[in-house]
Amino acid sequence: MNAALSHPPLLRVRGIGKRYGDRVALHDASFDLWPGEVLAVVGESGSGKSTLLNAIAARDKPDAGSVEFQVRGGGLQDIFSMTEAQRRLLARTDWGFVHQNPADGLRMDVSAGANVGERLMGLGERHYGRLRASAAEWLQRVEIDPQRIDDAPRTFSGGMRQRLQIARNLVTQPRLMFMDEPTSGLDVSVQARLLDLLRQLTRQMQLAAIVVTHDLAVARLLAHRMVVMQHGRVVESGLTDQVLDDPQHAYTQLLVSSVLTP
Amino acid sequence: MTTTTAISYNFAYLDERTKRMIRRAILKAVAIPGYQVPFGSREMPLPYGWGTGGIQVTAAVIGPKDVLKVIDQGSDDTVNAVNIRRFFQRTTGVETTTRTTEATLIQMRHRIPEAPLAEGQVLVYQVPVPEPMQRLEPRETTTRVLHALAEYGLMHVKLYEDIARYGHIATTYDYPVLVNGRYVMSPSPIPKFDNPKLDMNPALQLFGAGREKRIYALPPYTPVESLSFDDHPFEVQRWDEPCALCGATDSFLDEIITDDRGSRMHVCSDSDYCQSRQQAPAGQAAASEEQAIA
Repeated sequence: MNAALSHPPLLRVRGIGKRYGDRVALHDASFDLWPGEVLAVVGESGSGKSTLLNAIAARDKPDAGSVEFQVRGGGLQDIFSMTEAQRRLLARTDWGFVHQNPADGLRMDVSAGANVGERLMGLGERHYGRLRASAAEWLQRVEIDPQRIDDAPRTFSGGMRQRLQIARNLVTQPRLMFMDEPTSGLDVSVQARLLDLLRQLTRQMQLAAIVVTHDLAVARLLAHRMVVMQHGRVVESGLTDQVLDDPQHAYTQLLVSSVLTP
Repeated sequence: MTTTTAISYNFAYLDERTKRMIRRAILKAVAIPGYQVPFGSREMPLPYGWGTGGIQVTAAVIGPKDVLKVIDQGSDDTVNAVNIRRFFQRTTGVETTTRTTEATLIQMRHRIPEAPLAEGQVLVYQVPVPEPMQRLEPRETTTRVLHALAEYGLMHVKLYEDIARYGHIATTYDYPVLVNGRYVMSPSPIPKFDNPKLDMNPALQLFGAGREKRIYALPPYTPVESLSFDDHPFEVQRWDEPCALCGATDSFLDEIITDDRGSRMHVCSDSDYCQSRQQAPAGQAAASEEQAIA
Protein backbone atom coordinates (compact mmCIF):
# COMPACT_ATOMS: atom_id res chain seq x y z
CA MET A 1 0.00 0.00 0.00
CA ASN A 2 2.90 2.32 0.73
CA ALA A 3 4.33 1.80 -2.74
CA ALA A 4 0.95 2.59 -4.22
CA LEU A 5 0.69 5.79 -2.28
CA SER A 6 4.13 7.05 -3.19
CA HIS A 7 3.47 6.58 -6.93
CA PRO A 8 0.58 8.51 -8.42
CA PRO A 9 -1.93 6.35 -10.31
CA LEU A 10 -1.87 6.17 -14.12
CA LEU A 11 -5.60 6.66 -14.25
CA ARG A 12 -7.96 8.06 -11.67
CA VAL A 13 -11.68 7.61 -12.19
CA ARG A 14 -14.05 9.40 -9.82
CA GLY A 15 -17.83 9.25 -9.66
CA ILE A 16 -18.45 8.45 -13.34
CA GLY A 17 -22.15 8.34 -14.20
CA LYS A 18 -24.13 8.02 -17.39
CA ARG A 19 -27.84 7.93 -18.02
CA TYR A 20 -29.79 7.34 -21.20
CA GLY A 21 -33.01 9.26 -20.69
CA ASP A 22 -34.56 8.00 -17.44
CA ARG A 23 -32.47 4.87 -17.41
CA VAL A 24 -29.30 4.93 -15.33
CA ALA A 25 -26.64 3.03 -17.24
CA LEU A 26 -23.82 3.78 -14.88
CA HIS A 27 -23.80 5.23 -11.38
CA ASP A 28 -20.92 6.63 -9.40
CA ALA A 29 -18.05 4.38 -10.51
CA SER A 30 -14.65 5.19 -9.03
CA PHE A 31 -11.26 3.45 -9.10
CA ASP A 32 -7.56 4.00 -9.60
CA LEU A 33 -5.28 2.14 -11.97
CA TRP A 34 -1.51 1.97 -11.55
CA PRO A 35 1.07 1.48 -14.34
CA GLY A 36 1.34 -2.15 -15.43
CA GLU A 37 -1.85 -3.15 -13.66
CA VAL A 38 -4.64 -5.11 -15.32
CA LEU A 39 -8.16 -4.47 -14.10
CA ALA A 40 -11.05 -6.68 -15.12
CA VAL A 41 -14.60 -5.36 -15.20
CA VAL A 42 -17.09 -8.22 -14.96
CA GLY A 43 -20.85 -8.41 -14.83
CA GLU A 44 -23.77 -9.67 -16.84
CA SER A 45 -24.98 -8.18 -20.11
CA GLY A 46 -26.44 -4.73 -19.63
CA SER A 47 -24.72 -4.16 -16.30
CA GLY A 48 -22.90 -1.07 -17.59
CA LYS A 49 -19.47 -2.58 -18.32
CA SER A 50 -19.18 -1.24 -21.82
CA THR A 51 -20.68 2.10 -20.85
CA LEU A 52 -17.99 2.40 -18.19
CA LEU A 53 -15.25 1.50 -20.67
CA ASN A 54 -16.48 3.93 -23.33
CA ALA A 55 -16.76 6.73 -20.78
CA ILE A 56 -13.22 6.23 -19.49
CA ALA A 57 -11.80 5.92 -22.99
CA ALA A 58 -13.50 9.23 -23.88
CA ARG A 59 -15.46 7.60 -26.66
CA ASP A 60 -18.68 8.70 -25.00
CA LYS A 61 -18.94 11.66 -22.64
CA PRO A 62 -20.24 10.74 -19.18
CA ASP A 63 -22.86 12.89 -17.43
CA ALA A 64 -20.99 13.05 -14.16
CA GLY A 65 -17.59 12.43 -12.67
CA SER A 66 -14.03 12.85 -13.84
CA VAL A 67 -11.33 10.79 -15.52
CA GLU A 68 -7.74 11.84 -15.01
CA PHE A 69 -4.79 10.35 -16.86
CA GLN A 70 -1.08 10.60 -16.08
CA VAL A 71 0.13 12.40 -19.21
CA ARG A 72 3.78 11.79 -20.18
CA GLY A 73 5.75 14.39 -18.27
CA GLY A 74 2.63 16.32 -17.28
CA GLY A 75 1.00 14.82 -14.19
CA LEU A 76 -2.65 13.88 -13.85
CA GLN A 77 -4.88 15.69 -16.34
CA ASP A 78 -8.64 15.59 -16.69
CA ILE A 79 -9.26 14.10 -20.14
CA PHE A 80 -12.56 15.89 -20.64
CA SER A 81 -11.03 19.32 -20.14
CA MET A 82 -8.43 18.63 -22.86
CA THR A 83 -9.07 19.85 -26.39
CA GLU A 84 -10.42 17.30 -28.84
CA ALA A 85 -7.09 17.32 -30.67
CA GLN A 86 -5.16 16.49 -27.46
CA ARG A 87 -7.63 13.76 -26.55
CA ARG A 88 -7.42 12.17 -29.97
CA LEU A 89 -3.65 12.33 -29.92
CA LEU A 90 -3.68 10.61 -26.52
CA ALA A 91 -6.07 7.97 -27.84
CA ARG A 92 -3.77 7.05 -30.71
CA THR A 93 -0.44 7.22 -28.91
CA ASP A 94 -0.65 6.43 -25.19
CA TRP A 95 -3.89 4.45 -25.35
CA GLY A 96 -5.14 1.49 -27.27
CA PHE A 97 -8.65 0.21 -27.75
CA VAL A 98 -9.34 -3.41 -28.62
CA HIS A 99 -12.86 -4.02 -29.87
CA GLN A 100 -14.80 -7.20 -29.39
CA ASN A 101 -15.30 -7.43 -33.14
CA PRO A 102 -11.92 -6.94 -34.86
CA ALA A 103 -13.64 -5.46 -37.92
CA ASP A 104 -14.49 -2.39 -35.79
CA GLY A 105 -10.86 -1.75 -34.96
CA LEU A 106 -9.16 -2.69 -38.23
CA ARG A 107 -9.26 -1.46 -41.79
CA MET A 108 -10.42 -4.67 -43.37
CA ASP A 109 -9.45 -3.81 -46.96
CA VAL A 110 -6.00 -2.48 -46.19
CA SER A 111 -3.01 -4.82 -45.78
CA ALA A 112 -1.91 -6.03 -42.34
CA GLY A 113 1.30 -4.00 -42.64
CA ALA A 114 -0.55 -0.76 -43.28
CA ASN A 115 -2.95 -1.54 -40.43
CA VAL A 116 -0.03 -1.81 -38.04
CA GLY A 117 1.75 1.21 -39.55
CA GLU A 118 -1.21 3.58 -39.59
CA ARG A 119 -0.61 5.01 -36.12
CA LEU A 120 3.05 5.60 -36.93
CA MET A 121 2.17 7.34 -40.18
CA GLY A 122 -0.32 9.46 -38.23
CA LEU A 123 2.54 10.50 -35.97
CA GLY A 124 4.59 11.61 -38.96
CA GLU A 125 6.69 8.53 -39.84
CA ARG A 126 7.51 9.01 -43.52
CA HIS A 127 9.98 6.20 -44.18
CA TYR A 128 8.49 3.16 -45.90
CA GLY A 129 11.36 0.83 -45.01
CA ARG A 130 11.15 1.60 -41.30
CA LEU A 131 7.35 1.33 -41.30
CA ARG A 132 7.59 -2.06 -42.90
CA ALA A 133 10.26 -3.26 -40.51
CA SER A 134 8.26 -2.31 -37.45
CA ALA A 135 5.10 -3.84 -38.95
CA ALA A 136 6.95 -7.12 -39.53
CA GLU A 137 8.36 -7.04 -36.02
CA TRP A 138 4.93 -6.51 -34.49
CA LEU A 139 3.32 -9.23 -36.55
CA GLN A 140 5.96 -11.57 -35.22
CA ARG A 141 5.36 -10.48 -31.66
CA VAL A 142 1.66 -11.26 -31.92
CA GLU A 143 2.47 -14.60 -33.60
CA ILE A 144 1.28 -13.77 -37.11
CA ASP A 145 3.50 -15.06 -39.92
CA PRO A 146 5.33 -11.95 -41.29
CA GLN A 147 4.87 -13.47 -44.77
CA ARG A 148 1.27 -12.30 -44.52
CA ILE A 149 2.21 -8.64 -44.12
CA ASP A 150 0.63 -7.72 -47.47
CA ASP A 151 -2.60 -9.68 -46.96
CA ALA A 152 -5.78 -7.89 -45.97
CA PRO A 153 -7.29 -8.82 -42.57
CA ARG A 154 -10.36 -9.95 -44.49
CA THR A 155 -8.37 -13.10 -45.35
CA PHE A 156 -7.38 -13.73 -41.70
CA SER A 157 -9.04 -16.03 -39.18
CA GLY A 158 -10.86 -14.58 -36.17
CA GLY A 159 -7.95 -15.17 -33.83
CA MET A 160 -5.45 -13.64 -36.23
CA ARG A 161 -7.64 -10.59 -36.71
CA GLN A 162 -7.82 -10.09 -32.97
CA ARG A 163 -4.04 -10.40 -32.65
CA LEU A 164 -3.58 -7.97 -35.54
CA GLN A 165 -5.85 -5.51 -33.79
CA ILE A 166 -3.70 -5.79 -30.70
CA ALA A 167 -0.49 -5.25 -32.73
CA ARG A 168 -2.03 -2.20 -34.41
CA ASN A 169 -2.69 -0.70 -30.99
CA LEU A 170 0.63 -1.58 -29.40
CA VAL A 171 2.88 -0.20 -32.13
CA THR A 172 3.08 3.24 -30.47
CA GLN A 173 4.04 1.65 -27.11
CA PRO A 174 0.91 2.81 -25.27
CA ARG A 175 0.71 2.71 -21.49
CA LEU A 176 -3.00 1.94 -21.22
CA MET A 177 -5.17 -0.47 -23.19
CA PHE A 178 -8.94 -0.68 -23.14
CA MET A 179 -10.26 -4.09 -24.13
CA ASP A 180 -13.91 -4.82 -24.72
CA GLU A 181 -14.51 -8.58 -24.55
CA PRO A 182 -11.27 -9.29 -26.43
CA THR A 183 -11.70 -13.07 -26.47
CA SER A 184 -15.43 -13.63 -26.60
CA GLY A 185 -15.72 -14.27 -30.33
CA LEU A 186 -13.02 -16.93 -30.36
CA ASP A 187 -13.03 -20.66 -29.74
CA VAL A 188 -11.47 -21.97 -26.56
CA SER A 189 -8.00 -22.97 -27.78
CA VAL A 190 -7.58 -19.68 -29.66
CA GLN A 191 -8.79 -17.83 -26.56
CA ALA A 192 -6.13 -19.53 -24.48
CA ARG A 193 -3.35 -18.51 -26.88
CA LEU A 194 -4.59 -14.95 -27.00
CA LEU A 195 -4.80 -14.70 -23.22
CA ASP A 196 -1.29 -16.07 -22.99
CA LEU A 197 -0.10 -13.46 -25.47
CA LEU A 198 -1.86 -10.63 -23.64
CA ARG A 199 -0.34 -11.71 -20.34
CA GLN A 200 3.09 -11.76 -21.88
CA LEU A 201 2.70 -8.37 -23.58
CA THR A 202 1.25 -6.57 -20.57
CA ARG A 203 4.17 -7.81 -18.49
CA GLN A 204 6.88 -7.02 -21.07
CA MET A 205 5.58 -3.55 -21.86
CA GLN A 206 4.49 -2.56 -18.34
CA LEU A 207 1.10 -2.06 -19.94
CA ALA A 208 -1.90 -1.18 -17.83
CA ALA A 209 -5.21 -2.50 -19.10
CA ILE A 210 -8.91 -2.36 -18.39
CA VAL A 211 -10.52 -5.54 -19.65
CA VAL A 212 -14.28 -5.78 -19.89
CA THR A 213 -15.40 -9.38 -19.87
CA HIS A 214 -18.25 -11.62 -18.83
CA ASP A 215 -15.88 -14.56 -18.61
CA LEU A 216 -14.53 -15.02 -15.09
CA ALA A 217 -11.75 -17.28 -16.39
CA VAL A 218 -10.38 -14.37 -18.44
CA ALA A 219 -10.46 -12.20 -15.35
CA ARG A 220 -8.73 -14.89 -13.31
CA LEU A 221 -5.93 -15.33 -15.86
CA LEU A 222 -5.28 -11.75 -16.85
CA ALA A 223 -6.30 -9.40 -14.12
CA HIS A 224 -4.64 -8.30 -10.93
CA ARG A 225 -7.75 -6.65 -9.65
CA MET A 226 -11.37 -6.77 -10.60
CA VAL A 227 -14.56 -4.79 -10.38
CA VAL A 228 -17.98 -6.48 -10.33
CA MET A 229 -20.89 -4.54 -11.78
CA GLN A 230 -24.63 -4.97 -11.57
CA HIS A 231 -27.37 -2.61 -12.77
CA GLY A 232 -24.86 0.13 -13.52
CA ARG A 233 -23.27 0.05 -10.08
CA VAL A 234 -20.00 -1.32 -8.83
CA VAL A 235 -21.06 -3.91 -6.25
CA GLU A 236 -17.70 -5.35 -5.35
CA SER A 237 -14.05 -4.72 -6.11
CA GLY A 238 -10.74 -6.10 -4.94
CA LEU A 239 -7.88 -8.41 -5.83
CA THR A 240 -8.95 -10.98 -8.41
CA ASP A 241 -8.23 -14.04 -6.29
CA GLN A 242 -9.88 -12.51 -3.28
CA VAL A 243 -13.07 -11.61 -5.15
CA LEU A 244 -13.31 -14.93 -6.96
CA ASP A 245 -12.42 -17.18 -4.04
CA ASP A 246 -14.24 -15.29 -1.33
CA PRO A 247 -17.06 -13.29 -2.89
CA GLN A 248 -18.85 -11.00 -0.44
CA HIS A 249 -21.73 -9.54 -2.40
CA ALA A 250 -24.72 -11.74 -3.20
CA TYR A 251 -24.45 -11.03 -6.92
CA THR A 252 -20.76 -11.92 -7.02
CA GLN A 253 -21.52 -15.14 -5.18
CA LEU A 254 -24.15 -15.94 -7.80
CA LEU A 255 -21.73 -15.09 -10.60
CA VAL A 256 -18.95 -17.25 -9.22
CA SER A 257 -21.25 -20.18 -8.54
CA SER A 258 -22.67 -19.97 -12.07
CA VAL A 259 -19.37 -20.93 -13.67
CA LEU A 260 -19.49 -24.45 -15.10
CA THR A 261 -16.50 -26.60 -14.36
CA PRO A 262 -16.05 -29.51 -16.70
CA MET B 1 -17.93 36.77 -81.27
CA THR B 2 -21.13 38.06 -79.70
CA THR B 3 -24.03 35.79 -80.30
CA THR B 4 -27.63 36.76 -79.84
CA THR B 5 -30.21 34.12 -79.17
CA ALA B 6 -33.97 34.17 -79.20
CA ILE B 7 -34.14 33.21 -75.52
CA SER B 8 -32.02 35.63 -73.59
CA TYR B 9 -30.31 34.26 -70.53
CA ASN B 10 -28.77 36.27 -67.76
CA PHE B 11 -25.08 36.91 -68.41
CA ALA B 12 -23.28 33.57 -67.89
CA TYR B 13 -26.56 31.68 -67.44
CA LEU B 14 -26.79 31.82 -63.61
CA ASP B 15 -28.81 34.54 -61.94
CA GLU B 16 -26.91 37.27 -60.08
CA ARG B 17 -27.80 36.05 -56.58
CA THR B 18 -26.50 32.59 -57.34
CA LYS B 19 -23.29 34.06 -58.70
CA ARG B 20 -22.88 36.12 -55.53
CA MET B 21 -23.35 33.01 -53.42
CA ILE B 22 -20.70 31.18 -55.43
CA ARG B 23 -18.33 34.16 -55.27
CA ARG B 24 -18.64 34.21 -51.49
CA ALA B 25 -17.70 30.53 -51.41
CA ILE B 26 -14.75 31.26 -53.71
CA LEU B 27 -13.56 34.12 -51.49
CA LYS B 28 -13.64 31.86 -48.46
CA ALA B 29 -11.83 29.14 -50.40
CA VAL B 30 -9.10 31.58 -51.44
CA ALA B 31 -8.75 32.76 -47.85
CA ILE B 32 -8.20 29.17 -46.62
CA PRO B 33 -6.13 27.46 -49.34
CA GLY B 34 -7.08 23.82 -49.80
CA TYR B 35 -10.14 23.95 -47.53
CA GLN B 36 -13.32 22.59 -49.08
CA VAL B 37 -16.07 25.21 -48.85
CA PRO B 38 -19.65 23.95 -49.21
CA PHE B 39 -21.83 25.88 -51.64
CA GLY B 40 -25.37 25.65 -52.99
CA SER B 41 -24.62 23.85 -56.22
CA ARG B 42 -27.32 24.49 -58.86
CA GLU B 43 -28.69 22.19 -61.46
CA MET B 44 -26.94 22.96 -64.74
CA PRO B 45 -27.94 22.11 -68.29
CA LEU B 46 -25.52 19.19 -68.41
CA PRO B 47 -25.21 16.04 -66.31
CA TYR B 48 -23.11 15.62 -63.17
CA GLY B 49 -19.69 14.39 -64.09
CA TRP B 50 -19.47 16.65 -67.13
CA GLY B 51 -18.18 19.65 -65.29
CA THR B 52 -21.14 21.17 -63.45
CA GLY B 53 -18.87 22.39 -60.66
CA GLY B 54 -16.36 23.94 -63.04
CA ILE B 55 -19.09 25.61 -65.09
CA GLN B 56 -20.63 27.22 -62.02
CA VAL B 57 -17.28 28.56 -60.88
CA THR B 58 -16.54 29.89 -64.37
CA ALA B 59 -20.00 31.45 -64.56
CA ALA B 60 -19.42 33.19 -61.23
CA VAL B 61 -16.04 34.71 -62.14
CA ILE B 62 -16.35 35.37 -65.90
CA GLY B 63 -16.67 39.00 -67.07
CA PRO B 64 -17.44 40.49 -70.49
CA LYS B 65 -13.75 41.27 -71.10
CA ASP B 66 -12.51 37.77 -70.31
CA VAL B 67 -10.95 35.55 -72.97
CA LEU B 68 -12.04 31.98 -72.34
CA LYS B 69 -10.25 28.73 -73.11
CA VAL B 70 -11.79 25.34 -72.32
CA ILE B 71 -9.83 22.10 -72.43
CA ASP B 72 -10.72 18.49 -71.84
CA GLN B 73 -7.81 16.10 -71.21
CA GLY B 74 -5.52 18.77 -72.64
CA SER B 75 -7.44 19.12 -75.86
CA ASP B 76 -9.48 22.09 -77.07
CA ASP B 77 -11.59 20.11 -79.51
CA THR B 78 -13.11 17.20 -77.62
CA VAL B 79 -16.83 17.03 -76.83
CA ASN B 80 -16.73 18.36 -73.29
CA ALA B 81 -14.49 21.29 -74.20
CA VAL B 82 -16.41 22.23 -77.35
CA ASN B 83 -19.76 22.18 -75.58
CA ILE B 84 -18.71 24.14 -72.52
CA ARG B 85 -16.97 26.73 -74.74
CA ARG B 86 -20.11 27.09 -76.87
CA PHE B 87 -22.25 27.31 -73.73
CA PHE B 88 -20.31 30.36 -72.52
CA GLN B 89 -20.15 31.86 -76.01
CA ARG B 90 -23.92 31.76 -76.13
CA THR B 91 -24.62 32.95 -72.60
CA THR B 92 -21.90 35.59 -72.27
CA GLY B 93 -20.66 36.43 -75.77
CA VAL B 94 -17.06 36.58 -74.51
CA GLU B 95 -14.14 36.01 -76.79
CA THR B 96 -12.79 32.45 -76.81
CA THR B 97 -9.39 31.14 -77.71
CA THR B 98 -7.41 27.94 -77.83
CA ARG B 99 -4.11 29.70 -77.03
CA THR B 100 -3.12 29.25 -73.40
CA THR B 101 -1.10 32.47 -73.32
CA GLU B 102 -3.98 34.58 -74.68
CA ALA B 103 -6.64 33.28 -72.29
CA THR B 104 -7.54 35.08 -69.07
CA LEU B 105 -9.82 32.30 -67.86
CA ILE B 106 -9.20 28.60 -68.51
CA GLN B 107 -11.65 25.89 -67.56
CA MET B 108 -9.94 22.53 -67.53
CA ARG B 109 -10.78 18.90 -67.22
CA HIS B 110 -7.99 16.58 -66.07
CA ARG B 111 -4.98 18.52 -67.40
CA ILE B 112 -3.04 21.71 -66.72
CA PRO B 113 -1.73 23.40 -69.90
CA GLU B 114 1.97 22.90 -70.66
CA ALA B 115 2.65 26.58 -71.38
CA PRO B 116 3.65 28.41 -68.20
CA LEU B 117 0.81 30.40 -66.67
CA ALA B 118 1.00 34.03 -65.69
CA GLU B 119 -0.28 36.33 -62.98
CA GLY B 120 -3.83 37.42 -63.69
CA GLN B 121 -4.89 34.16 -65.29
CA VAL B 122 -7.60 32.11 -63.58
CA LEU B 123 -7.73 28.32 -63.86
CA VAL B 124 -10.97 26.48 -63.13
CA TYR B 125 -10.79 22.75 -62.45
CA GLN B 126 -13.67 20.30 -62.80
CA VAL B 127 -13.62 18.03 -59.76
CA PRO B 128 -15.53 14.75 -59.47
CA VAL B 129 -14.46 13.78 -55.93
CA PRO B 130 -13.18 16.68 -53.78
CA GLU B 131 -12.44 14.58 -50.69
CA PRO B 132 -8.98 12.98 -50.96
CA MET B 133 -9.72 10.51 -48.14
CA GLN B 134 -13.10 9.39 -49.40
CA ARG B 135 -12.03 5.94 -50.53
CA LEU B 136 -10.40 5.19 -47.19
CA GLU B 137 -12.93 6.84 -44.91
CA PRO B 138 -16.46 6.91 -46.32
CA ARG B 139 -18.00 9.00 -43.52
CA GLU B 140 -17.85 12.69 -44.32
CA THR B 141 -18.40 13.68 -40.69
CA THR B 142 -15.17 11.83 -39.91
CA THR B 143 -13.12 13.23 -42.80
CA ARG B 144 -14.13 16.75 -41.76
CA VAL B 145 -12.81 16.13 -38.26
CA LEU B 146 -9.60 14.68 -39.72
CA HIS B 147 -9.15 17.81 -41.85
CA ALA B 148 -9.94 20.08 -38.91
CA LEU B 149 -7.34 18.40 -36.72
CA ALA B 150 -4.87 17.85 -39.59
CA GLU B 151 -4.78 14.10 -38.92
CA TYR B 152 -3.53 12.85 -42.24
CA GLY B 153 -2.01 9.45 -41.40
CA LEU B 154 -4.70 7.89 -43.56
CA MET B 155 -3.32 9.45 -46.75
CA HIS B 156 -0.03 7.70 -46.25
CA VAL B 157 -1.84 4.41 -45.66
CA LYS B 158 -2.98 4.72 -49.27
CA LEU B 159 0.55 5.36 -50.53
CA TYR B 160 1.89 2.54 -48.32
CA GLU B 161 -0.60 0.16 -49.91
CA ASP B 162 0.60 1.19 -53.36
CA ILE B 163 4.22 0.43 -52.54
CA ALA B 164 3.34 -2.83 -50.78
CA ARG B 165 1.35 -3.98 -53.79
CA TYR B 166 3.29 -2.61 -56.75
CA GLY B 167 6.72 -1.76 -55.39
CA HIS B 168 6.29 1.94 -56.09
CA ILE B 169 3.62 4.60 -55.60
CA ALA B 170 1.22 3.53 -58.34
CA THR B 171 -1.19 6.45 -58.02
CA THR B 172 -0.82 8.22 -61.36
CA TYR B 173 -3.63 10.74 -61.29
CA ASP B 174 -5.55 12.60 -58.58
CA TYR B 175 -2.34 12.38 -56.56
CA PRO B 176 -2.94 13.92 -53.11
CA VAL B 177 -1.12 17.13 -52.18
CA LEU B 178 -0.50 19.10 -49.00
CA VAL B 179 -1.46 22.74 -49.46
CA ASN B 180 0.45 25.47 -47.65
CA GLY B 181 1.58 22.94 -45.04
CA ARG B 182 -1.96 22.56 -43.76
CA TYR B 183 -4.76 20.94 -45.78
CA VAL B 184 -4.49 17.75 -47.81
CA MET B 185 -6.26 18.32 -51.10
CA SER B 186 -7.33 16.37 -54.14
CA PRO B 187 -5.89 18.13 -57.21
CA SER B 188 -8.78 16.70 -59.33
CA PRO B 189 -7.90 13.84 -61.68
CA ILE B 190 -4.95 15.57 -63.32
CA PRO B 191 -2.00 13.24 -64.03
CA LYS B 192 0.68 13.48 -61.35
CA PHE B 193 2.86 14.83 -64.15
CA ASP B 194 0.98 18.11 -63.59
CA ASN B 195 1.35 18.17 -59.81
CA PRO B 196 4.57 20.23 -59.84
CA LYS B 197 2.70 22.93 -61.80
CA LEU B 198 0.32 23.43 -58.86
CA ASP B 199 3.20 24.55 -56.65
CA MET B 200 3.86 28.31 -56.49
CA ASN B 201 1.78 28.87 -59.60
CA PRO B 202 1.33 32.60 -60.39
CA ALA B 203 -2.26 31.99 -61.59
CA LEU B 204 -5.32 31.72 -59.35
CA GLN B 205 -6.57 28.12 -59.29
CA LEU B 206 -10.21 27.38 -58.44
CA PHE B 207 -11.72 23.92 -58.04
CA GLY B 208 -15.44 23.24 -58.38
CA ALA B 209 -17.26 19.99 -57.56
CA GLY B 210 -20.91 20.26 -58.61
CA ARG B 211 -22.34 16.99 -57.39
CA GLU B 212 -20.44 17.12 -54.10
CA LYS B 213 -21.21 20.85 -53.71
CA ARG B 214 -17.71 21.92 -52.77
CA ILE B 215 -15.37 24.68 -53.91
CA TYR B 216 -11.70 24.99 -53.00
CA ALA B 217 -8.85 27.11 -54.22
CA LEU B 218 -5.13 27.75 -54.50
CA PRO B 219 -4.33 31.46 -54.44
CA PRO B 220 -1.34 32.53 -56.57
CA TYR B 221 2.06 31.44 -55.25
CA THR B 222 0.73 28.84 -52.79
CA PRO B 223 3.22 26.13 -51.81
CA VAL B 224 1.82 22.73 -52.82
CA GLU B 225 3.66 19.56 -51.92
CA SER B 226 2.87 16.09 -53.28
CA LEU B 227 2.74 13.51 -50.50
CA SER B 228 5.47 10.87 -50.48
CA PHE B 229 7.73 8.71 -48.34
CA ASP B 230 11.35 9.64 -47.61
CA ASP B 231 12.58 6.46 -49.29
CA HIS B 232 9.96 6.61 -52.06
CA PRO B 233 9.98 10.24 -53.19
CA PHE B 234 7.39 11.76 -55.50
CA GLU B 235 8.15 11.23 -59.20
CA VAL B 236 6.33 12.21 -62.37
CA GLN B 237 5.73 10.03 -65.42
CA ARG B 238 8.43 9.90 -68.14
CA TRP B 239 8.37 8.70 -71.71
CA ASP B 240 11.10 7.06 -73.74
CA GLU B 241 10.21 8.89 -76.94
CA PRO B 242 9.36 12.47 -77.88
CA CYS B 243 5.99 13.63 -79.23
CA ALA B 244 5.55 12.16 -82.74
CA LEU B 245 4.09 15.41 -84.07
CA CYS B 246 6.08 18.23 -82.52
CA GLY B 247 9.07 16.42 -81.02
CA ALA B 248 8.51 17.80 -77.50
CA THR B 249 10.26 15.88 -74.76
CA ASP B 250 8.90 17.91 -71.87
CA SER B 251 5.13 17.41 -72.23
CA PHE B 252 2.56 14.85 -71.16
CA LEU B 253 2.07 12.31 -73.97
CA ASP B 254 -1.01 10.32 -74.93
CA GLU B 255 -0.63 6.98 -76.63
CA ILE B 256 -2.72 6.88 -79.80
CA ILE B 257 -3.47 3.66 -81.64
CA THR B 258 -3.27 4.37 -85.35
CA ASP B 259 -4.50 1.13 -86.95
CA ASP B 260 -5.72 -2.32 -85.98
CA ARG B 261 -2.29 -3.93 -86.35
CA GLY B 262 -1.01 -2.47 -83.12
CA SER B 263 0.77 0.58 -84.52
CA ARG B 264 0.79 3.42 -82.08
CA MET B 265 2.28 6.83 -81.59
CA HIS B 266 2.82 9.15 -78.67
CA VAL B 267 1.61 12.72 -79.04
CA CYS B 268 1.19 15.69 -76.70
CA SER B 269 -2.08 15.64 -74.81
CA ASP B 270 -2.04 19.47 -74.80
CA SER B 271 -3.25 20.18 -78.35
CA ASP B 272 -2.50 23.92 -78.20
CA TYR B 273 1.06 23.31 -77.04
CA CYS B 274 1.64 20.74 -79.78
CA GLN B 275 0.19 22.91 -82.56
CA SER B 276 2.02 26.05 -81.54
CA ARG B 277 5.27 24.09 -81.57
CA GLN B 278 4.51 22.72 -85.02
CA GLN B 279 3.63 26.18 -86.35
CA ALA B 280 6.67 27.86 -84.83
CA PRO B 281 9.55 28.49 -87.27
CA ALA B 282 11.56 25.30 -87.70
CA GLY B 283 14.72 26.76 -86.18
CA GLN B 284 12.93 27.85 -83.04
CA ALA B 285 11.26 24.48 -82.47
CA ALA B 286 14.53 22.66 -83.08
CA ALA B 287 16.32 24.99 -80.71
CA SER B 288 13.88 24.42 -77.91
CA GLU B 289 14.05 20.71 -78.58
CA GLU B 290 17.81 20.70 -78.31
CA GLN B 291 17.49 22.66 -75.13
CA ALA B 292 15.06 20.12 -73.74
CA ILE B 293 17.30 17.21 -74.71
CA ALA B 294 20.35 18.93 -73.27
